[in-house]
Amino acid sequence: MLTILFDGIAYGMLLFVLACGLSVTLGLMNFINLAHGSFAMAGGYCTVILVNRMGIPFALGLPMAFLATAVLGGLFERTLYVHVYARSHLDQVLFTIGLVFMSVAAIDYTMGSSQQFVQIPEALQGQFDVFGIGMGKYRLLIIVVCGLLTVALQLMLTKTRFGSRLRAAVDDQRVARGLGINVGAVFAITFAFGSGLAGLGGALGAEILGLDPTFPLKYMIYFLIVVTVGGTSSITGPFLASILLGIGDVAGKYYVPKLGAFVIYTIMIVVLLLRPQGLFARSTAR
Amino acid sequence: MSAMVPLADDVSAFLARRARWSPLEIAFWIFAFATIWLFPGKYLIMKDTAILALFALSLDLILGYAGIISLGQAAFFGLAGYFSGLVAKYGIINEPVIALVLSGLVAAALGFVTSFLVLRGSDLTRLMVTLGVSLMLGELANRYSNITGGADGLQGVTIAPILGLLRFDLYGHTSYIYSLIVLFICFVIARRIVYSPFGLSLRSVKGNALRAAAIGIPVKWRLVAIYTVSAGIAGIAGALLTQTTAFCSLDVFSLDRSADLLLVLIIGGTGYLYGGLIGAVIYKFLQDWIASLTPQYWQFWIGLVLVVIVLVGRDRVERWTAALRGAIARLGTRLMARPASLGSAAPDGH
Repeated sequence: MLTILFDGIAYGMLLFVLACGLSVTLGLMNFINLAHGSFAMAGGYCTVILVNRMGIPFALGLPMAFLATAVLGGLFERTLYVHVYARSHLDQVLFTIGLVFMSVAAIDYTMGSSQQFVQIPEALQGQFDVFGIGMGKYRLLIIVVCGLLTVALQLMLTKTRFGSRLRAAVDDQRVARGLGINVGAVFAITFAFGSGLAGLGGALGAEILGLDPTFPLKYMIYFLIVVTVGGTSSITGPFLASILLGIGDVAGKYYVPKLGAFVIYTIMIVVLLLRPQGLFARSTAR
Repeated sequence: MSAMVPLADDVSAFLARRARWSPLEIAFWIFAFATIWLFPGKYLIMKDTAILALFALSLDLILGYAGIISLGQAAFFGLAGYFSGLVAKYGIINEPVIALVLSGLVAAALGFVTSFLVLRGSDLTRLMVTLGVSLMLGELANRYSNITGGADGLQGVTIAPILGLLRFDLYGHTSYIYSLIVLFICFVIARRIVYSPFGLSLRSVKGNALRAAAIGIPVKWRLVAIYTVSAGIAGIAGALLTQTTAFCSLDVFSLDRSADLLLVLIIGGTGYLYGGLIGAVIYKFLQDWIASLTPQYWQFWIGLVLVVIVLVGRDRVERWTAALRGAIARLGTRLMARPASLGSAAPDGH
């Protein structure tokens, strides 16, 4: 029972790191980025190449995956996404689905369609036994890393100058512009950072979530659930939503394996029915 | 008050004029049916095109006319596909046409129920709910593999001859004609809906839901109605696919299918019924051509087409094709007007 809770929290933390970039881009620019999972996949494959093929230590591979994906995200944002912000939601959906298709086929072409595994150092394999609860070392690492990241993100958002600019831009873009905040630049940085986080999540999660070319399609719905259920106005909303989702998914798969992901989709639809703005969204009209 | 009667007459005359079949449309359908004799070796791909066109027609009804973005048309397509496969497999209903109509009704029922979910919230919520419903059904079909065959697909479906007379043959001759006729009937129904006062009110809802409500249009019920109809047509397309291939697999529910459908509609143009049909033809050609070049990675090029279309600008693409369409329409009317110069065959403004 507690092991399920533990695994669920690890899974949820992972989902949060993967999805929080998406929630910020959605809240900031009202932009539906279905291709967010592609960046996560890029991070995962980046780690596979760095760690497995080039023999770089795992601990070094993770930050490099983050950097690589952030650069990639920034590049895409400046060259492609920038043209689509002002378009209708339909255009945004089409555009990002197109990107997903391209990334799936491109990875299939370059890396093959089989599932990839990241070589995890010996020290991180195996389990602890704490008060009779089996805790995977790797999952514990995920919880620690993601937990630290969450705290760092929260501090960054609330305490730094950039954070307050970002929050201002999310709350009201036009007024923020009027106050001299360069919303475009804020957005570019946030986008790159969010992509980087997704890449890091993909690298960390390759072991748990599995990594193959269909990754962006498989997990797109999960990211979207986190964002829609959690709302886009804060970082705590998506965080709670992803923890809930993680625990719900792991518990659902454990107790009623026959229904599988059905549980999650049902929860999502019920939540959207009751609270179309998201479970944890502030009820301010925007 | 006395002015009311001429006004009502004017309105109905206007509606009748709008709804008149233009010569170009007639030519389109004559050509469509002529393909039965023109391209005898291509029945299978033409059949797939007809089904895709029907499916795209269903999406156009809600996207082009009511402005609802959906990534979940595959839910109706798949549900009806499995339904028609199951009733045929277990011999509950052997007659394909009856099974087809029933499958459409089943899908429409699902559409009616889910429409209330879809009508809440913003575009993003709609996307999520439509996508969620189709994924949910896909997951159900996967889990209850004792009924649906799971990942192996529904096998052992035998479809009885149409109306007890026409047997499905190996070359797709019967199934193409069957699909084409179904497409035509559904098209006529959709066309009737779109050109009716109901269709006009849908356009006004799409234009501005608030103002439409202010002039007394029951916005919610109009959207529920069109969503239900659209689900029914999508269902008929799905049932057609199962009946003509005697097979149904889990990929009927996949996201790819709904996404491809959007692409079809974008290629053809939304908001006029022929968009889906023309888009389906172009898409199938593209797919066939790309798949023959790079069989495994054609998805990449489809994705590229999507990205390029959006970057160039959908409205711009539509404007180019609109100029082309206008030129063809003028040509058509001029040709038709010459023999009967009295007939005021004004081209339909789309």
